Amino acid sequence: MFRVFNARNIAGVFVALLVAACSTPQTTALLNSGPHPFADRAELEQVVFYEQEAHQCGPASLAMALHESGAGVKPEDLTSFVYLPEKQGSLQAEMLAATRRHGRVAYLLRPEMGAVLAEIGAGNPVVVLQNLALSWYPMWHYAVAVGYDLPERELILRSGREPRQRLPLATFEHTWARGNYWAMLVLPPGKLPQTAVAESYILALAELELSSPQTDTWPGYAAAIQRWPDNLSVLIGAGNAAYRRHDLAAAEQYFLKAQQDHPASAAASNNLAQVQGELGNYEAALASALRAVALGGPLEAVARKTLAEIRQRMERRR
Amino acid sequence: MMMNLHFMRFVGRILVASVLSMSIYVPGAQADLVSAEQVIASQASRHDRDRILALLEREEVRAQLQAWGVGADAAKARVDALTDAEVAGISGKLDSLPAAGDGIIEGLIFVFIVLLITDILGFTKVFPFTKPVRR
Repeated sequence: MFRVFNARNIAGVFVALLVAACSTPQTTALLNSGPHPFADRAELEQVVFYEQEAHQCGPASLAMALHESGAGVKPEDLTSFVYLPEKQGSLQAEMLAATRRHGRVAYLLRPEMGAVLAEIGAGNPVVVLQNLALSWYPMWHYAVAVGYDLPERELILRSGREPRQRLPLATFEHTWARGNYWAMLVLPPGKLPQTAVAESYILALAELELSSPQTDTWPGYAAAIQRWPDNLSVLIGAGNAAYRRHDLAAAEQYFLKAQQDHPASAAASNNLAQVQGELGNYEAALASALRAVALGGPLEAVARKTLAEIRQRMERRR
Repeated sequence: MMMNLHFMRFVGRILVASVLSMSIYVPGAQADLVSAEQVIASQASRHDRDRILALLEREEVRAQLQAWGVGADAAKARVDALTDAEVAGISGKLDSLPAAGDGIIEGLIFVFIVLLITDILGFTKVFPFTKPVRR
């Protein structure tokens, strides 16, 4: 009985491995897709290596990325924040939170190998989560991807006790896929990810503001405005950030552009009305507020409140 | 307004549920400025809703609902009545299904969509995230 059971088990594992071995769609696409935007090789040799102790791959990986972003942090400074002893590992959420606590933007990459390569090519090391074993027998591991070599089909990682692990791209894809393609950048506000999506970046800045209110995120908005000058979320985010810095003139400019480029946005008109009112430009404020109310939608209540406030101010002035 | 699909899938649905339940005001500011997070959440929600409505346009789905006496317009009205958080939950569920091939919806997805709509209409109660309509 026992033997039969065992043999079945082994057969099952074999079949599972065989099936898994067949599919690395991303690697295949990357290597066979004719011309692509990547250089053949790239390696960020300057990225410091912190050897992992016991199960502390999370703190070690994060410390390497934080160090590269200009934050002087050692793995031992992070263990109390990101190392969960009872789980012998770190949760992804803890990795993101610890990054923000150190005043850095935590940015999750798209689940694509191309994004990892593009970031390395742009000088940004990538913290990746791998499942080194199998989906039903997981062995979670964090590492830092610092280089790649396409002709050799390898990814180069600072991983565990290996300062320069050379992992076949296909093997990386398997282990990374089992980690749900989790990949994070650690960047100072103002340095945009190469593969950034405007909305995701603005959200990453907002998260940073929540966890680390003392961090100046303005450089992040300034960089975002440069790259995406017409994006509604970026314009609203930059306008609000300028407002928080008490730069009402700049805030007005951003909201004005938001309103012009996105006439259907109640948020743009509402925020513009608010700032115009505070600048004492009541006629313009009234027009913007009326427009926001007319656009309504889920923001109608907010817009009505803004309108009422502006009318009050105008009354008081008479 | 062009939004990246991956962004939508991975960030949008988490965001709608979390941000809309939070304050819509900019932290630290006295004025009622609408936050960028809220702008993004409403864009993501619109995208998710359009996605579900597009499924109702599929011929197989329409035919099945018709057979059960459910008009397409009634089903659409129900989708419009869903809250943002419910839409986000459904969209998240769609993401976790195997990818649909071109043209034909695979069996699993077809069953899911039909059950989803009948759930919303109150004929069935399969999914924890759907709230049946009260009649």
